[in-house]
Amino acid sequence: MHGALLRADDVASLVGRTPLLRLTQVARDVPRDVRIWAKLEGFNPGGSVKDRPALRMMQEGLKSGKLTPGKVVIDSTSGNTGIALAMIGAALGFPVELVIPANVSVERRQIIEAYGAKPIESDPLEGSDGAIRLCRQVIADHPDRYFKPDQYFNEANPLAHYSTTGPEIWEQTGGRVTHFLAGIGTSGTVMGTGRYLKERNPAIQVLAVEPDDAFHGLEGLKHMASSIVPGIYHEGELDGKVPAPTDEAYEMVYRIGREEGLLVGQSAGAACWAALQIARTIDHGDIVVVFPDFGDKYLSTNLWQGWGQRVPRFPQGLEADAANPDLRLA
Amino acid sequence: MPVNVKVPTPLRKFTAGSETVSGNGATVGALIEDLEKRHAGIRERICDEQGRVRRFVNLYLNGEDIRFLQQLDTKVKDGDEISIVPAIAGGAA
Repeated sequence: MHGALLRADDVASLVGRTPLLRLTQVARDVPRDVRIWAKLEGFNPGGSVKDRPALRMMQEGLKSGKLTPGKVVIDSTSGNTGIALAMIGAALGFPVELVIPANVSVERRQIIEAYGAKPIESDPLEGSDGAIRLCRQVIADHPDRYFKPDQYFNEANPLAHYSTTGPEIWEQTGGRVTHFLAGIGTSGTVMGTGRYLKERNPAIQVLAVEPDDAFHGLEGLKHMASSIVPGIYHEGELDGKVPAPTDEAYEMVYRIGREEGLLVGQSAGAACWAALQIARTIDHGDIVVVFPDFGDKYLSTNLWQGWGQRVPRFPQGLEADAANPDLRLA
Repeated sequence: MPVNVKVPTPLRKFTAGSETVSGNGATVGALIEDLEKRHAGIRERICDEQGRVRRFVNLYLNGEDIRFLQQLDTKVKDGDEISIVPAIAGGAA
Protein backbone atom coordinates (compact mmCIF):
# COMPACT_ATOMS: atom_id res chain seq x y z
CA MET A 1 0.00 0.00 0.00
CA HIS A 2 2.86 2.40 0.78
CA GLY A 3 5.48 3.50 -1.60
CA ALA A 4 3.26 2.76 -4.57
CA LEU A 5 2.62 5.72 -6.83
CA LEU A 6 -0.95 6.81 -6.42
CA ARG A 7 -3.27 7.92 -9.15
CA ALA A 8 -6.65 9.31 -8.23
CA ASP A 9 -9.83 10.59 -9.81
CA ASP A 10 -10.78 12.87 -6.91
CA VAL A 11 -9.08 14.65 -4.03
CA ALA A 12 -10.97 12.73 -1.35
CA SER A 13 -9.38 9.46 -2.40
CA LEU A 14 -5.93 10.95 -1.74
CA VAL A 15 -6.66 11.23 1.99
CA GLY A 16 -4.58 8.91 4.17
CA ARG A 17 -1.82 6.43 3.29
CA THR A 18 0.77 8.81 4.70
CA PRO A 19 4.43 7.82 5.07
CA LEU A 20 6.17 6.76 8.25
CA LEU A 21 9.63 8.31 8.74
CA ARG A 22 12.24 7.03 11.15
CA LEU A 23 13.71 9.91 13.15
CA THR A 24 17.43 9.45 13.48
CA GLN A 25 19.11 12.75 14.32
CA VAL A 26 16.81 14.10 17.03
CA ALA A 27 16.60 10.59 18.49
CA ARG A 28 20.30 9.85 18.48
CA ASP A 29 20.61 9.81 22.26
CA VAL A 30 17.89 7.23 22.87
CA PRO A 31 18.78 3.57 23.57
CA ARG A 32 20.06 1.71 20.51
CA ASP A 33 17.10 -0.64 20.29
CA VAL A 34 14.50 2.08 20.50
CA ARG A 35 13.22 3.43 17.22
CA ILE A 36 11.01 6.49 16.81
CA TRP A 37 8.79 6.71 13.77
CA ALA A 38 6.90 9.83 12.73
CA LYS A 39 3.59 9.43 10.91
CA LEU A 40 3.74 12.37 8.51
CA GLU A 41 0.16 13.55 8.27
CA GLY A 42 1.22 16.67 6.44
CA PHE A 43 1.19 14.54 3.31
CA ASN A 44 -2.61 14.54 3.25
CA PRO A 45 -4.03 16.69 0.42
CA GLY A 46 -5.37 19.33 2.84
CA GLY A 47 -2.03 19.28 4.63
CA SER A 48 -2.99 17.70 7.94
CA VAL A 49 -4.26 14.70 9.87
CA LYS A 50 -7.68 16.39 9.96
CA ASP A 51 -8.41 15.37 6.39
CA ARG A 52 -9.20 11.90 7.70
CA PRO A 53 -11.99 12.80 10.18
CA ALA A 54 -13.31 15.63 7.98
CA LEU A 55 -13.83 13.24 5.08
CA ARG A 56 -15.33 10.53 7.26
CA MET A 57 -17.69 12.89 9.10
CA MET A 58 -19.03 14.31 5.83
CA GLN A 59 -19.38 10.84 4.32
CA GLU A 60 -21.32 9.69 7.40
CA GLY A 61 -23.47 12.84 7.19
CA LEU A 62 -24.37 12.04 3.60
CA LYS A 63 -25.08 8.43 4.49
CA SER A 64 -27.33 9.32 7.44
CA GLY A 65 -29.19 12.03 5.52
CA LYS A 66 -28.11 14.79 7.93
CA LEU A 67 -26.06 16.39 5.16
CA THR A 68 -28.25 17.14 2.16
CA PRO A 69 -27.91 19.46 -0.85
CA GLY A 70 -28.55 23.07 0.12
CA LYS A 71 -27.11 22.73 3.60
CA VAL A 72 -24.08 24.62 4.85
CA VAL A 73 -21.33 22.72 6.68
CA ILE A 74 -20.34 24.56 9.87
CA ASP A 75 -17.97 23.80 12.71
CA SER A 76 -15.77 25.40 15.33
CA THR A 77 -12.15 24.67 14.69
CA SER A 78 -8.72 25.88 15.67
CA GLY A 79 -7.62 25.55 12.08
CA ASN A 80 -6.70 22.26 10.48
CA THR A 81 -10.18 20.75 10.72
CA GLY A 82 -11.48 23.92 9.16
CA ILE A 83 -9.04 23.63 6.29
CA ALA A 84 -9.97 19.98 5.84
CA LEU A 85 -13.71 20.68 5.89
CA ALA A 86 -13.26 23.61 3.50
CA MET A 87 -11.30 21.38 1.13
CA ILE A 88 -13.70 18.42 1.26
CA GLY A 89 -16.66 20.81 1.10
CA ALA A 90 -15.25 22.35 -2.07
CA ALA A 91 -14.58 18.91 -3.54
CA LEU A 92 -18.09 17.67 -2.75
CA GLY A 93 -19.87 20.94 -3.59
CA PHE A 94 -21.03 22.06 -0.14
CA PRO A 95 -20.59 25.61 1.22
CA VAL A 96 -18.63 25.75 4.49
CA GLU A 97 -18.64 28.27 7.37
CA LEU A 98 -16.06 28.03 10.14
CA VAL A 99 -15.96 29.62 13.58
CA ILE A 100 -12.32 30.26 14.50
CA PRO A 101 -10.70 32.17 17.36
CA ALA A 102 -9.49 35.50 15.94
CA ASN A 103 -5.89 34.72 16.93
CA VAL A 104 -5.31 31.70 14.70
CA SER A 105 -2.60 32.25 12.12
CA VAL A 106 -3.35 34.46 9.14
CA GLU A 107 -2.29 31.76 6.69
CA ARG A 108 -5.00 29.47 8.02
CA ARG A 109 -7.69 32.02 7.48
CA GLN A 110 -6.40 32.67 3.96
CA ILE A 111 -6.31 28.97 3.13
CA ILE A 112 -9.88 28.52 4.37
CA GLU A 113 -11.00 31.43 2.20
CA ALA A 114 -9.08 30.07 -0.80
CA TYR A 115 -11.28 26.95 -0.64
CA GLY A 116 -14.31 29.25 -0.74
CA ALA A 117 -15.27 28.81 2.92
CA LYS A 118 -16.38 31.67 5.17
CA PRO A 119 -14.53 32.28 8.49
CA ILE A 120 -16.51 33.60 11.48
CA GLU A 121 -14.24 35.00 14.20
CA SER A 122 -14.72 34.30 17.90
CA ASP A 123 -13.17 36.07 20.89
CA PRO A 124 -9.45 35.22 21.06
CA LEU A 125 -9.50 35.61 24.85
CA GLU A 126 -11.91 32.71 25.12
CA GLY A 127 -9.87 30.29 23.03
CA SER A 128 -11.27 27.32 21.18
CA ASP A 129 -14.04 26.91 23.75
CA GLY A 130 -15.21 30.40 22.80
CA ALA A 131 -15.40 29.21 19.19
CA ILE A 132 -17.46 26.19 20.27
CA ARG A 133 -19.91 28.45 22.10
CA LEU A 134 -20.26 30.97 19.25
CA CYS A 135 -20.79 28.13 16.78
CA ARG A 136 -23.63 26.76 18.94
CA GLN A 137 -25.21 30.21 18.92
CA VAL A 138 -24.94 30.63 15.12
CA ILE A 139 -26.62 27.25 14.62
CA ALA A 140 -29.32 28.02 17.20
CA ASP A 141 -30.23 31.10 15.16
CA HIS A 142 -30.73 29.01 11.96
CA PRO A 143 -30.98 25.33 12.96
CA ASP A 144 -32.22 24.05 9.59
CA ARG A 145 -29.52 25.77 7.58
CA TYR A 146 -26.54 23.89 8.92
CA PHE A 147 -24.87 20.50 9.06
CA LYS A 148 -22.40 20.40 11.93
CA PRO A 149 -19.88 17.56 11.77
CA ASP A 150 -19.16 18.31 15.45
CA GLN A 151 -15.69 16.82 15.59
CA TYR A 152 -15.60 16.86 19.40
CA PHE A 153 -18.64 14.61 19.72
CA ASN A 154 -18.85 12.76 16.40
CA GLU A 155 -17.80 9.11 16.60
CA ALA A 156 -16.96 9.25 12.88
CA ASN A 157 -13.89 11.25 13.97
CA PRO A 158 -12.16 8.45 15.94
CA LEU A 159 -13.65 5.94 13.51
CA ALA A 160 -11.70 7.55 10.66
CA HIS A 161 -8.50 6.77 12.56
CA TYR A 162 -9.69 3.34 13.66
CA SER A 163 -10.24 2.37 10.05
CA THR A 164 -7.27 4.11 8.39
CA THR A 165 -4.49 5.50 10.63
CA GLY A 166 -4.43 2.44 12.88
CA PRO A 167 -4.23 -0.19 10.11
CA GLU A 168 -1.63 1.88 8.25
CA ILE A 169 0.65 2.05 11.30
CA TRP A 170 0.20 -1.65 12.00
CA GLU A 171 1.16 -2.46 8.42
CA GLN A 172 4.00 0.07 8.18
CA THR A 173 5.66 -1.30 11.31
CA GLY A 174 4.98 -4.92 10.42
CA GLY A 175 3.07 -5.19 13.70
CA ARG A 176 6.16 -4.22 15.71
CA VAL A 177 4.78 -0.97 17.13
CA THR A 178 5.08 -0.94 20.94
CA HIS A 179 4.06 2.63 21.75
CA PHE A 180 1.69 5.04 20.05
CA LEU A 181 1.63 8.75 20.85
CA ALA A 182 -0.58 11.51 19.53
CA GLY A 183 -1.51 14.97 20.73
CA ILE A 184 -5.04 15.59 21.97
CA GLY A 185 -7.14 18.26 20.37
CA THR A 186 -10.44 16.52 19.85
CA SER A 187 -8.71 13.26 20.89
CA GLY A 188 -9.96 11.57 17.70
CA THR A 189 -6.49 10.47 16.56
CA VAL A 190 -5.35 8.93 19.82
CA MET A 191 -8.75 7.37 20.56
CA GLY A 192 -9.41 5.77 17.18
CA THR A 193 -5.86 4.74 16.34
CA GLY A 194 -5.26 3.52 19.88
CA ARG A 195 -8.40 1.43 19.84
CA TYR A 196 -7.38 -0.31 16.63
CA LEU A 197 -3.80 -0.94 17.74
CA LYS A 198 -4.90 -2.34 21.10
CA GLU A 199 -7.23 -4.74 19.33
CA ARG A 200 -4.26 -6.02 17.36
CA ASN A 201 -1.98 -6.12 20.38
CA PRO A 202 -3.27 -5.13 23.83
CA ALA A 203 0.30 -4.62 25.05
CA ILE A 204 0.76 -1.54 22.86
CA GLN A 205 1.03 1.55 25.04
CA VAL A 206 -1.29 4.33 23.89
CA LEU A 207 -0.29 7.75 25.17
CA ALA A 208 -1.83 11.18 24.70
CA VAL A 209 0.27 14.34 24.53
CA GLU A 210 -1.23 17.47 26.00
CA PRO A 211 -0.02 20.96 26.91
CA ASP A 212 1.48 21.07 30.40
CA ASP A 213 -0.67 24.03 31.39
CA ALA A 214 -3.98 25.66 30.53
CA PHE A 215 -2.03 28.72 29.33
CA HIS A 216 0.05 27.40 26.45
CA GLY A 217 1.14 28.01 22.86
CA LEU A 218 0.48 24.63 21.28
CA GLU A 219 -2.07 25.36 18.59
CA GLY A 220 -4.42 22.46 18.03
CA LEU A 221 -3.83 20.82 21.41
CA LYS A 222 -6.07 20.89 24.45
CA HIS A 223 -5.21 20.88 28.13
CA MET A 224 -7.92 18.47 29.20
CA ALA A 225 -8.20 19.38 32.88
CA SER A 226 -9.17 22.95 32.03
CA SER A 227 -11.15 22.34 28.84
CA ILE A 228 -14.61 21.36 27.69
CA VAL A 229 -13.97 17.62 27.50
CA PRO A 230 -14.77 16.22 24.02
CA GLY A 231 -17.56 13.64 23.99
CA ILE A 232 -15.35 11.23 22.06
CA TYR A 233 -12.62 11.38 24.72
CA HIS A 234 -12.40 8.36 27.01
CA GLU A 235 -9.39 8.75 29.24
CA GLY A 236 -9.77 5.22 30.60
CA GLU A 237 -8.65 3.80 27.24
CA LEU A 238 -5.30 5.56 27.47
CA ASP A 239 -2.21 4.18 29.17
CA GLY A 240 -1.20 7.69 30.13
CA LYS A 241 -0.78 11.31 29.22
CA VAL A 242 2.47 13.16 28.63
CA PRO A 243 2.36 16.87 29.48
CA ALA A 244 4.46 18.90 27.02
CA PRO A 245 5.83 22.37 27.82
CA THR A 246 5.38 24.92 25.04
CA ASP A 247 9.00 26.11 25.09
CA GLU A 248 10.40 22.58 24.71
CA ALA A 249 7.92 21.83 21.92
CA TYR A 250 9.03 24.94 20.02
CA GLU A 251 12.71 24.01 20.46
CA MET A 252 11.87 20.58 19.09
CA VAL A 253 10.35 22.13 15.96
CA TYR A 254 13.61 24.02 15.32
CA ARG A 255 15.65 20.84 15.82
CA ILE A 256 13.43 18.72 13.55
CA GLY A 257 13.79 21.33 10.82
CA ARG A 258 17.55 21.62 11.03
CA GLU A 259 18.50 18.09 11.97
CA GLU A 260 15.94 15.94 10.12
CA GLY A 261 15.10 18.28 7.27
CA LEU A 262 11.43 18.40 8.13
CA LEU A 263 9.52 21.62 8.81
CA VAL A 264 6.63 20.76 11.13
CA GLY A 265 4.06 22.53 13.27
CA GLN A 266 4.20 23.03 17.04
CA SER A 267 1.91 20.09 17.82
CA ALA A 268 4.39 17.80 16.04
CA GLY A 269 7.14 19.40 18.11
CA ALA A 270 5.21 18.62 21.30
CA ALA A 271 4.51 15.05 20.18
CA CYS A 272 8.15 14.47 19.25
CA TRP A 273 9.36 15.89 22.56
CA ALA A 274 6.97 13.52 24.35
CA ALA A 275 8.13 10.55 22.25
CA LEU A 276 11.73 11.26 23.23
CA GLN A 277 10.76 11.31 26.92
CA ILE A 278 9.17 7.88 26.55
CA ALA A 279 12.08 6.57 24.46
CA ARG A 280 14.50 7.33 27.27
CA THR A 281 12.52 5.20 29.73
CA ILE A 282 12.59 1.96 27.71
CA ASP A 283 15.30 -0.44 26.48
CA HIS A 284 13.75 -1.44 23.21
CA GLY A 285 10.67 -0.73 21.17
CA ASP A 286 9.11 0.97 18.18
CA ILE A 287 7.47 4.23 19.07
CA VAL A 288 5.08 5.71 16.54
CA VAL A 289 4.25 9.38 16.96
CA VAL A 290 1.83 11.41 14.88
CA PHE A 291 3.14 14.60 13.28
CA PRO A 292 -0.21 16.28 12.53
CA ASP A 293 1.04 18.69 9.86
CA PHE A 294 3.95 20.52 8.28
CA GLY A 295 5.09 23.90 9.45
CA ASP A 296 4.45 26.31 6.61
CA LYS A 297 1.15 27.48 8.10
CA TYR A 298 2.91 28.75 11.21
CA LEU A 299 5.54 31.04 9.77
CA SER A 300 3.60 34.12 10.89
CA THR A 301 2.94 32.77 14.40
CA ASN A 302 4.95 33.20 17.58
CA LEU A 303 6.68 29.91 16.81
CA TRP A 304 8.81 31.77 14.27
CA GLN A 305 8.06 35.45 14.84
CA GLY A 306 8.46 35.06 18.58
CA TRP A 307 10.17 37.92 20.30
CA GLY A 308 12.85 38.32 17.69
CA GLN A 309 16.26 37.51 19.01
CA ARG A 310 15.13 34.43 20.84
CA VAL A 311 14.60 32.15 17.84
CA PRO A 312 17.97 30.37 17.88
CA ARG A 313 20.23 30.77 14.89
CA PHE A 314 21.81 27.39 15.53
CA PRO A 315 20.26 24.19 16.76
CA GLN A 316 20.76 23.16 20.35
CA GLY A 317 23.56 20.63 20.50
CA LEU A 318 25.36 21.85 17.38
CA GLU A 319 28.65 21.70 19.27
CA ALA A 320 27.97 18.07 20.14
CA ASP A 321 27.44 17.36 16.44
CA ALA A 322 30.68 19.02 15.50
CA ALA A 323 32.47 16.87 18.06
CA ASN A 324 30.93 13.71 16.64
CA PRO A 325 30.84 14.21 12.88
CA ASP A 326 30.21 10.51 12.32
CA LEU A 327 26.81 10.86 13.89
CA ARG A 328 25.79 13.20 11.12
CA LEU A 329 26.85 10.70 8.49
CA ALA A 330 25.34 7.62 10.09
CA MET B 1 -7.70 55.93 36.29
CA PRO B 2 -5.43 52.90 36.08
CA VAL B 3 -4.68 50.61 33.12
CA ASN B 4 -7.26 47.92 32.30
CA VAL B 5 -5.86 44.45 31.72
CA LYS B 6 -7.88 41.86 29.82
CA VAL B 7 -7.09 38.40 31.13
CA PRO B 8 -7.51 35.23 29.03
CA THR B 9 -9.55 32.38 30.49
CA PRO B 10 -6.59 30.15 31.46
CA LEU B 11 -5.11 32.93 33.62
CA ARG B 12 -8.33 33.89 35.38
CA LYS B 13 -7.51 31.47 38.18
CA PHE B 14 -5.06 34.15 39.31
CA THR B 15 -7.66 36.93 39.15
CA ALA B 16 -10.46 35.20 41.05
CA GLY B 17 -12.21 34.65 37.76
CA SER B 18 -12.14 38.29 36.66
CA GLU B 19 -11.93 38.93 32.95
CA THR B 20 -10.61 42.46 33.42
CA VAL B 21 -8.37 43.69 36.23
CA SER B 22 -6.66 47.01 36.97
CA GLY B 23 -2.98 47.69 37.26
CA ASN B 24 -0.51 50.55 37.54
CA GLY B 25 2.86 51.26 36.01
CA ALA B 26 4.59 53.58 33.58
CA THR B 27 5.54 50.76 31.22
CA VAL B 28 4.17 47.33 30.31
CA GLY B 29 7.02 45.76 32.29
CA ALA B 30 6.16 47.78 35.41
CA LEU B 31 2.51 46.93 34.93
CA ILE B 32 3.31 43.20 34.96
CA GLU B 33 5.24 43.67 38.22
CA ASP B 34 2.22 45.44 39.67
CA LEU B 35 -0.09 42.64 38.48
CA GLU B 36 2.12 40.11 40.24
CA LYS B 37 1.65 41.99 43.53
CA ARG B 38 -2.11 41.88 43.12
CA HIS B 39 -2.40 38.42 41.54
CA ALA B 40 0.52 36.32 42.75
CA GLY B 41 1.71 33.74 40.23
CA ILE B 42 0.55 35.52 37.09
CA ARG B 43 3.98 36.94 36.17
CA GLU B 44 5.70 33.57 35.70
CA ARG B 45 2.98 32.54 33.27
CA ILE B 46 3.63 35.63 31.16
CA CYS B 47 7.42 35.89 31.55
CA ASP B 48 10.27 33.39 31.78
CA GLU B 49 12.92 33.19 34.53
CA GLN B 50 14.90 35.97 32.86
CA GLY B 51 11.87 38.23 32.92
CA ARG B 52 11.36 38.06 29.17
CA VAL B 53 7.88 37.61 27.75
CA ARG B 54 7.34 33.94 26.91
CA ARG B 55 7.55 33.20 23.23
CA PHE B 56 3.93 32.12 22.89
CA VAL B 57 2.48 35.09 24.73
CA ASN B 58 1.19 38.17 22.94
CA LEU B 59 0.58 41.48 24.69
CA TYR B 60 -1.53 44.11 23.00
CA LEU B 61 -1.68 47.77 24.03
CA ASN B 62 -4.95 49.24 22.78
CA GLY B 63 -4.92 46.55 20.09
CA GLU B 64 -1.27 47.09 19.06
CA ASP B 65 1.18 44.21 19.52
CA ILE B 66 3.85 45.55 21.91
CA ARG B 67 6.45 43.37 20.19
CA PHE B 68 6.37 45.97 17.43
CA LEU B 69 6.32 48.90 19.85
CA GLN B 70 8.96 49.08 22.62
CA GLN B 71 8.15 45.61 23.99
CA LEU B 72 8.25 45.63 27.83
CA ASP B 73 9.49 49.24 27.76
CA THR B 74 6.35 50.35 25.94
CA LYS B 75 4.85 53.27 27.85
CA VAL B 76 1.34 52.98 29.22
CA LYS B 77 -0.98 55.62 30.64
CA ASP B 78 -4.19 55.71 32.62
CA GLY B 79 -7.16 54.43 30.66
CA ASP B 80 -5.05 52.25 28.34
CA GLU B 81 -6.08 48.66 27.75
CA ILE B 82 -3.63 45.74 27.75
CA SER B 83 -4.74 42.33 26.46
CA ILE B 84 -2.86 39.14 27.29
CA VAL B 85 -3.44 36.62 24.49
CA PRO B 86 -1.75 33.25 24.07
CA ALA B 87 -0.46 32.57 20.54
CA ILE B 88 -3.31 30.16 20.18
CA ALA B 89 -6.64 29.42 21.65
CA GLY B 90 -6.06 27.90 25.05
CA GLY B 91 -9.28 25.97 25.21
CA ALA B 92 -10.09 26.70 28.83
CA ALA B 93 -13.71 26.50 29.84
